[in-house]
Amino acid sequence: MAATRTSTAATWRSLALGSDPVRRAIYMLGMLPAVSTFYFGLTDQLGADPQKTLERTLGVWALRFLIVCLAITPLRRLGGPNLVRYRRSLGLLAFYYAALHLTVYTVLDQGLDLAAIWGDILKRPYITVGMLAFLVLVPLAITSNAAMIRRLGGTAWQRLHRLIYLAAAAAALHFVMLVKSWPAEPLIYAALVAALLLLRFIFKLQRHARPNRRARPEAARA
Amino acid sequence: MLIRRPSDIQPSEITPRHQYLQRRQFMAGAAALGLGTAFATAGGGAANAAALQAGKSALSTIDEPLTPRKDITSYNNYYEFGTDKDDPVRNAHTLTIKPWKIKIDGLVGKPADYDLDDLIKPPGLEERIYRMRCVEGWSMVIPWVGVPLAGVLQRLEPQAGAKYVAFETVVRPAEMPGQRGLFQPLPWPYVEGLRLDEAMHPLTILAVGLYGETLPNQNGAPVRLVVPWKYGFKGIKSIVRISLTDKQPPTTWNIANPREYGFYSNVNPGVDHPRWSQATERRIGESGLFAKRRPTLLFNGYAEQVASLYDGMDLKANY
Repeated sequence: MAATRTSTAATWRSLALGSDPVRRAIYMLGMLPAVSTFYFGLTDQLGADPQKTLERTLGVWALRFLIVCLAITPLRRLGGPNLVRYRRSLGLLAFYYAALHLTVYTVLDQGLDLAAIWGDILKRPYITVGMLAFLVLVPLAITSNAAMIRRLGGTAWQRLHRLIYLAAAAAALHFVMLVKSWPAEPLIYAALVAALLLLRFIFKLQRHARPNRRARPEAARA
Repeated sequence: MLIRRPSDIQPSEITPRHQYLQRRQFMAGAAALGLGTAFATAGGGAANAAALQAGKSALSTIDEPLTPRKDITSYNNYYEFGTDKDDPVRNAHTLTIKPWKIKIDGLVGKPADYDLDDLIKPPGLEERIYRMRCVEGWSMVIPWVGVPLAGVLQRLEPQAGAKYVAFETVVRPAEMPGQRGLFQPLPWPYVEGLRLDEAMHPLTILAVGLYGETLPNQNGAPVRLVVPWKYGFKGIKSIVRISLTDKQPPTTWNIANPREYGFYSNVNPGVDHPRWSQATERRIGESGLFAKRRPTLLFNGYAEQVASLYDGMDLKANY
């Protein structure tokens, strides 16, 4: 199956590094918080509970990259620059951070105690929601390359990648649910995700209200 | 990824006991020479930390390494100064702790506004080393300095009808950034309570210091409650009022979320927080990034001393 092999190779290529220098720079800069936090952790510069700080930092960066991905379309629609060609890199960064966050939780925090982890996933709604966010990102990461877009076809690929709405909402909810009381930070991220999803809903209503270009001849004839 | 798991705690992470004890003696000497404040600052303590003379106690937990002072004083939950763990150490210096009055009222023979110095006198101070288990799943071992609450209450002469003790934290928005602005995580004042027999238990103390010095503000200066078999949030900080009552007093976290935080809040690995397990905990200051969780003990390991307080009580229902 040549097609499969090509798309697998493309998957690995895009999961590793893009060929575009700007994209490469995004990956390099994007991984800096992970590298620096891990370094600070190894050199005892993360405060009293380094594990939690590392876990939290990685999780927050995953959420930040998800939010940046969600912001790209509204930015263009509202007259800003079109950054859509960098969305894939930003989305993959979100996935990498989510994967690292999950790794710290399973390996460092829980010490690979699979029974405890499985119990957490079933019993702790915030962990259930967090796992859902991660699982949703997996197919998106695997299909984040040109070959997979060709294989799936643009429409199906686009439909699949709308799952990022679910991932971002679940990730924001996961953060709000795990804290005591109502500190500002998780609420701000949740508000950003809600606002960006709401904007999409408004765009959709506008599309329905105003006939688009393809529909216009029909409308003119009627 | 290379993961090294040190087989033991790094010696560098623990302030050796003899070292801090030596330092305490040195500080006491310095204080006697009138050099107290200067040396306290030079010694790495808070700017206004003063040395305290305290006797040892047989009730101390001595078989576990102490959590380093820097962790105890930089990783705090004190929402009046902000909700992040490092907010209190950055913000708490603004709190004025001298003079400090505590209002004693309710069902006592001697209600009044007392000066802290009249309520807790230096000769009675004891060092009490206790485990501290936070409801969030982490723990420390802290060398508190304080007095048994029982002695203080007895001098105030509780009346026959008194069944509970209610505590209240200071409200000073001008000095406590968490008490002003848009995001206020809890209703103020922070209030806590104990059953009278819990309050009179020999393990329950009013702490005025740690590591042989007066409490840093972020740890609840000038006086806080320490109840080692309960989750840390029961240890109300910067107390300005103690009332004896015949009814169970309201408690802040129970008001904020009654399903998650009960009046008793005894450490219990068998009763999970609705959102997370309480079966294990991470000891702060232990092995850094690769610290392993340890099992949480019933009543935080003080079951032998305190379990009888709850004989016949359903600990799941009375969480």
